[in-house]
Amino acid sequence: MQGLLAVYRKELADHFSSYRFVLLFALIAMVSFITTYMAGIHLRDSLEGVAKPKFVFLMLFDTPGAIFSMVQFVSFLGPLIGIVLGFDAINRERAHGTLVKLVSQPIYRDAVINGKFLAGLTTITITLVSIVLVISGFGLALLGVVPGLEEVCRLAVCLVLSIVYISFWLGVSILFSISFKNIATSVLASIALWIFLSFFVSLISEVLANVAAPVDNKKDTVRETVIKNIRIKERGSLFSPMVLYSHATSIIIDPRRKTTSSLAFMGPIERLSASRFQNPLPLGQSIFVVCPHMVALIAITLICFLISYLVFMLQEIKT
Amino acid sequence: MENESIIQAIGLTKRYGSQTVLADLNLHVEEGEVFGFLGPNGSGKTTTILMLLGLSQPSEGSARVCGMDPVRKAIEIKRVVGYLPENVGFYGDMDAVQSLTYIADMNGIDKDTASNKIRDVLDEVGLSDDSQKKVGAYSRGMKQRLGIAEVLIKDPKVLILDEPTLGLDPDGALRLIELIRSLNRDRKITVLLSSHNLYQVQKISQRVGILIKGKMVAQGPIEALSREKFGVGEEKYTLEEIYMKYFQEG
Repeated sequence: MQGLLAVYRKELADHFSSYRFVLLFALIAMVSFITTYMAGIHLRDSLEGVAKPKFVFLMLFDTPGAIFSMVQFVSFLGPLIGIVLGFDAINRERAHGTLVKLVSQPIYRDAVINGKFLAGLTTITITLVSIVLVISGFGLALLGVVPGLEEVCRLAVCLVLSIVYISFWLGVSILFSISFKNIATSVLASIALWIFLSFFVSLISEVLANVAAPVDNKKDTVRETVIKNIRIKERGSLFSPMVLYSHATSIIIDPRRKTTSSLAFMGPIERLSASRFQNPLPLGQSIFVVCPHMVALIAITLICFLISYLVFMLQEIKT
Repeated sequence: MENESIIQAIGLTKRYGSQTVLADLNLHVEEGEVFGFLGPNGSGKTTTILMLLGLSQPSEGSARVCGMDPVRKAIEIKRVVGYLPENVGFYGDMDAVQSLTYIADMNGIDKDTASNKIRDVLDEVGLSDDSQKKVGAYSRGMKQRLGIAEVLIKDPKVLILDEPTLGLDPDGALRLIELIRSLNRDRKITVLLSSHNLYQVQKISQRVGILIKGKMVAQGPIEALSREKFGVGEEKYTLEEIYMKYFQEG
């Protein structure tokens, strides 16, 4: 415990005093300011003279103002935060000859990796919480609407999801920093995996869907084929943590959304009820809808950390 | 067990796959002595040291350090044994006090005791004047002395030094050797010193062990080794000559 705290304190201090963190924080703060401002202006204009809809405040986070919304921004660039915080966690210590020194202190070996992961997690948490608070304050002034309890709870759930999502990438980059001796290699590996999982998985699943169940727009395709096509596409894209995250958060942040699947999947009754009953879902039900996504996100994060843990514990310490 | 040596290895063997890097090593270091641990590069000295600290698991055989088994009691051993690795690294953006505070923190020394201790050890290794400088700006000799300070923080019973004088200028090496000698004499710390600098080893060690290709070929006081190799009445040979003789034969 003593060792864990010592490593944790030192790593946290390192994160907060490092240039890369300051740069990253500045970038995130700037982008969030701009997106919120755009979203706020857009919302104010479009809501003028209209009866105030429920949950206006949450719209601040999922209205694409200029290019993308705040939630989209996190799903795109959140991984980068995780990668930046972890890509050289272990191999820098190894390269500088400090790892042997650490493990020859009277601490358990896992204190090193646990301390580093927890310090990264804390940094991510502090960054996201402060950004969300700043945006909220900014939004309050811009919209003049105070968020209700439900909205605050939804934001909190969304925040936790974002932290888990970014922690997954922290875990990935720490894993690579353990397996690759070279720092440049571990950065590239993390970035390659990020690009692959975030952008290529959807493409690949689309290709697979078109091969397995070709849909021709000119001819009338059998209904079953269309459904099969969409099903393969959607299931395949779920392999991407980014898709998991954006599905989960879009449901949590927008109470009017009731399903993550596309219209083609809905039966006639479901479609009818969706168009008839426009009432927003309560938070519990929203969580229920994306429960699989949330569980999957947490699971891949834990698995990723577990693998890094095992690899690190089994690795020989050589000088 | 009566009169147990402070460091004791029995039949210590390490294999990586089919390659044996250390074969059936028997080693004992008595309390209060400086033991010179010699051998060419890659002969298995560092491997032995890592196994003594529980950082690497022996394939066969066992060891006892301060009466404890490194496989089971690694943490307890590391509490009383200070290890200065070969080419030890530092966090370049910390100063000496910060580095030592971090090490003290990991050894569970509370803040007030730590700051007193840090002052004392910095004084002892002669770095008091440079304690506010970033370690990145230290010379190699200063870094080695800071490394010694880092292991002294925990008041060790045993010091294991792996090539502490490697790459130091003659003056720096001499100062370091004098420092080790005074630690042994004044603080009664047992020292296991691995080094290539045979002249220095001869100056401060009571006994030496020679490890060649993973086998301990000789162990004992320098005169005894000389007698063994060159005959009775031939105790005048230097450690270097003895070592070379063993090396050529091995």
